[in-house]
Formats: sequence, C-alpha cells, structure tokens
Amino acid sequence: MTHQRDRTLATKALARVEGEGAMHVRVRGSQVDEVRLDIYEPPRFFEAFLRGRSYTEPPDITARVCGICPVAYQTSACQAIEDACGARVDGQIAGLRRLLYCGEWISSHALHIYMLHAPDFLGYPGAVEMAADHRDVVERGLALRGAGTAIMELLGGRSIHPVNVRVGGFYRAPSAAELAPLARRLRDALPLALDTAAWVAGFGFPDFTCPHELLALTEPGRYPIERGTVVTSGGLAFSAAEFEQHIIEEQVPHSTALHARLAGSGQADHDRYLTGPLARYSLNSGSLPPQAARAAAEAGLGSECRNPFRSIIVRAVEVVCAIEEALRLIGEYEPPAAPSVAVTPREGAGYGVSEAPRGVLYHRYELDGDGIIRSARIVPPTSQNQRAIEDDLRRFVQARLDFDEARLTSECEQAIRNYDPCISCSTHFLDLRIDRR
Amino acid sequence: MTVPATPGGNAVVIGIGNEFRRDDGAGPAVLARLHGRVPGGVELLVTDGEPAGLIEAWTGAPLAVIVDAVRAEPSVPGRLHRLVLHEAGAAEVRPVSSHGLGLDSAIGLARALDRMPGTLIVHAVEAADLGQGPGLTPAVAAAIDPLASAVLRDLTSGEIC
Repeated sequence: MTHQRDRTLATKALARVEGEGAMHVRVRGSQVDEVRLDIYEPPRFFEAFLRGRSYTEPPDITARVCGICPVAYQTSACQAIEDACGARVDGQIAGLRRLLYCGEWISSHALHIYMLHAPDFLGYPGAVEMAADHRDVVERGLALRGAGTAIMELLGGRSIHPVNVRVGGFYRAPSAAELAPLARRLRDALPLALDTAAWVAGFGFPDFTCPHELLALTEPGRYPIERGTVVTSGGLAFSAAEFEQHIIEEQVPHSTALHARLAGSGQADHDRYLTGPLARYSLNSGSLPPQAARAAAEAGLGSECRNPFRSIIVRAVEVVCAIEEALRLIGEYEPPAAPSVAVTPREGAGYGVSEAPRGVLYHRYELDGDGIIRSARIVPPTSQNQRAIEDDLRRFVQARLDFDEARLTSECEQAIRNYDPCISCSTHFLDLRIDRR
Repeated sequence: MTVPATPGGNAVVIGIGNEFRRDDGAGPAVLARLHGRVPGGVELLVTDGEPAGLIEAWTGAPLAVIVDAVRAEPSVPGRLHRLVLHEAGAAEVRPVSSHGLGLDSAIGLARALDRMPGTLIVHAVEAADLGQGPGLTPAVAAAIDPLASAVLRDLTSGEIC
C-alpha cells in the first residue's frame, strides 16, 4: 500500500549514460537519507575470465570491457604485465602508446561533450533533438570525434577494440608517411577543439562544489595520460605497485561493483575520492600544453575545478591537450627499430595505471613462471567514483527537495552525467528511482 | 525498390554487439560468417553500436545492412526480424536494439544531419540472454547461419523491399 505522502518516481529514460545501472534516492521527511548508485560491473567477470590465460592475452581480452575506452584497458594491462616481466617500454614505442591514447581521449570526450552532455545545458532531451536546431554544432562534434577515431584506426588497426596492441608495444609500427595525413586531420581538428572549449564555457552552470579528495596521475612536465604516479589533493603520492595499500575496495549489498575508498583516513566521511577530468585537471593544470592552457584560461577555469557541472569545460580543454600532444608526438616520430620490445614471462606480480577518459584505471596481474595468469585485479574509474557520486547526489537532492518529480529527476540525471559514468560499457539502461516518505 | 548493384559499390554491413555479453554477440558472429563471402566492395564492420560510429560507417553508402540482437517482450529467442528504411522515408520507425544509446539514436541523428545511407536494412535476432560471458544461447546460435544468408541475399539480389 502506498502511503499518502509516499512518492516514488522511476524512469528508464536515462540513456545518455554508458552502460547499465540504477540510482535510488530515498527521502524521509525533509532529509535525503539514502542515495544508492546500483552498478552491474563487468570487470569482476573479466578478472575471473583472465585466470588461466596467457600473459599475452589481457590487452585483447580487457579491451572488450569497454567499447568507449578500450585503449585505457589495453594500456593498463600492458604496463602491468611488462612490470611483472621486468620489461621496459620507452622511446618511440612509448610515444606511439601515448599517441593512441590521445586518440581515445579525443574520441571519448567529443562523444560525451556533444552527444551526452551538451543537450543538458541547452535544454534538449538528447543529441537527436539538439541536431535539429544545431546541425553545425553536432557536425563539429562528429568531426572532432572522427579525428580521434582516425588515430585509433591507424595505430590500433580499428577504433573498436583495437587489435594492433600487444604486450611490449605494437604488432606493427606506422611509417612517418602514414602519420602525415593524420597530422593534417589533427591540425584541422585543433580549431574545432578550441571552438568547443569556448562554446561550452558559455553554458550556464549551477553552483555546486565537490568537496572530496581528488586522485589522479601526475608526470613531471607533461599532462598525465598513459602513465604516471598516483597523487591526491591531500598530498599522497604512490606508485601503481602501492595502489592497493592506499585504495581499499569493499563489497556493498546494492551493487556488484566494489566501492573504493582511501585507506587510513580514519573518518568515514573523509575517505571518498574522485578521479577523472576534474581531479586530473585540478592536480595537473600547470602541465597543460600551451594552447590547452590558454583555452582553459579563456574558458574561466582556474588552477582547480571542483564543480562537476563544469567538467564539460575540462573535457573540452583535454581534447585540445590531446590534439596538441598528438601533433607533437607525430612531429617527433621516427619509426622504432622494432614495433615492440621482447617480454619474457617470469613468476611475479605487476602493476599498471593509466588515465582513462573517466579517470585512473588500475590493473594488477600475478603470473606463474610459464606466463599463465594466476590472478587479475581491475579497478575502473567509475567504481572508484561511486561513493563520491552518491554523496554529491545526496547533497544535490537535499538542496532541491522542493522541486517537482520531473524536474528533480531531470536534474539528477544531469548531475549523474557530469561524471560520465561508464557503468558497464555494454548494454541496457539506467533506472532512476526517487522514493519520498 | 531496386537499389544499385552492390558489387563495386560501397555497401556496408555492420554487426553491432559484444561477444562477451552472450547473445549480444550475434551481430559479430554473423559478420564472422560473412568474411570472404560478400561481393567485392562491400565493407564489413563490427561496432558497439555507438551512434556517431554508426553514422560515420554508413555515411555515403548506398546500402547499409545492420545485424543486431534485440530484446523483445514477449520474446521468442532466435526469432528474426528484418526492417527496411529508405533515406527519403519519413516513417517514425525506431528499432530498439540491445544497446542503450544505439541504433534508434543513430537513425534519428543521421536523419537530422542528412547522413542516412540510401537504404538501411536492419536484421535483428531476439536474444535470450544478455548477461556476462562468451557464447550464444542455442536458439540464437542456430539463427546465425540463416541471418548470414539473409544478409547475403540483401547484398546480391538488388531487390530491396
């Protein structure tokens, strides 16, 4: 029986989120007493699926976790296995790895900015409706995304689940001549990226501050993409090998995804953290290349950005950064003597981290002496962000309890999309339920 | 309707799906069957169904053939559906694939941008299981060969109706 003051709202319309899951908000009187992000997460399945496989297989297998960010999975996997085997990838092969990753950032961010996020700010239910009124804008988004996928197609062999990546590097390295058309396309894309940053900076943004610890990679002298040291806004700094000493994953009843928290804070409310564009930018804004730094300044971003709604600006700045970096890498490219370094299996564990478009992605593998995987651990960004997203949603809803259900639902959906949650990278919808009593 | 002969043209066959999500792998499975069997000039692609990628894949193609798994209610796993959309057609047909943001969005977006293929044929197979793991359920696995044959007929007959 429904209580007279009970109000329940459910929608299956939140399609502009990658993957599947559900959001449940429970209101008691004038207080939001529970917010749960229910996630059905595939990395758990992949961890089990990898056991017993060869050390050469994770780049291909884990690329299937996500159609949007396969390069992130491949890169973290390769680095973890190379670490386990004592192999070092540097020089032009490392440059190609960063270039491929730039392609994924451009493609993923352009998709999120134009297809998933911008309609929220312009008052459209989705990109289809937005395209009817802003055709040129949507075409610009497709062109930007296409520049990113062109990199992935050339270096990865194809843009969906690239096949040219292997432990130790690549199966084939491109010639300098093959990269020349890519450079032309990226030079054409750069003004589109700068226009995008200026365009999204003009949107209206609610006042909202994310108070959590921020966690990202960092690298001396350049913006972190494919590797780095883990740092937090609270001053922690640790290597990939130390990740599980600092990040604790716990099972929660409402989700198949593990919830991550910072170890050792000693206070339940202080162990949430956020990874992803806001954290990456806030911890590395001084390392942006020149045009991206200028775009950030002109867009009104300070050295730190803690408003999740403004993450669309950060993504746009990161697209500029990725294009600049890609052009630099192509300009400095000389084909390596071999497309990969030899990686000989040995017994041991290895660790890898990289900055997926949505945040830090951690892989750990334990190998036996024959290179057979004994255990695998994958910590994707969305599961790390779950507790921070839930807390932000709780405060967001609390300040808007006087809204009617339709408006509150719509704004909750938009708030969720700020984090670009890659909830399962595969199928189905996100259901939102608000339960008021 | 008669479409231009595909040999030498730029027809594209797109398999949508993820082979690690059980029956969602039907599209890629059909594409694997088609390798080496399609007329010259026909491009074969496997995608995750992301709309921008679909639009890029079929822009400028006189014929695009999509193969995808669908959720149906009530469901008859393995049952096949075939839907033809012509560029000029204004019918509000919204195929609902097994992907949250997928084919229906791609068609809507392509129409808004005038980037629909000349003819779009959607072959769909009703799924039984979209959970995690490799391998098709028996009913869907049994539909793969008939689906591949149906796609080949579309590519070679020249008669689209």
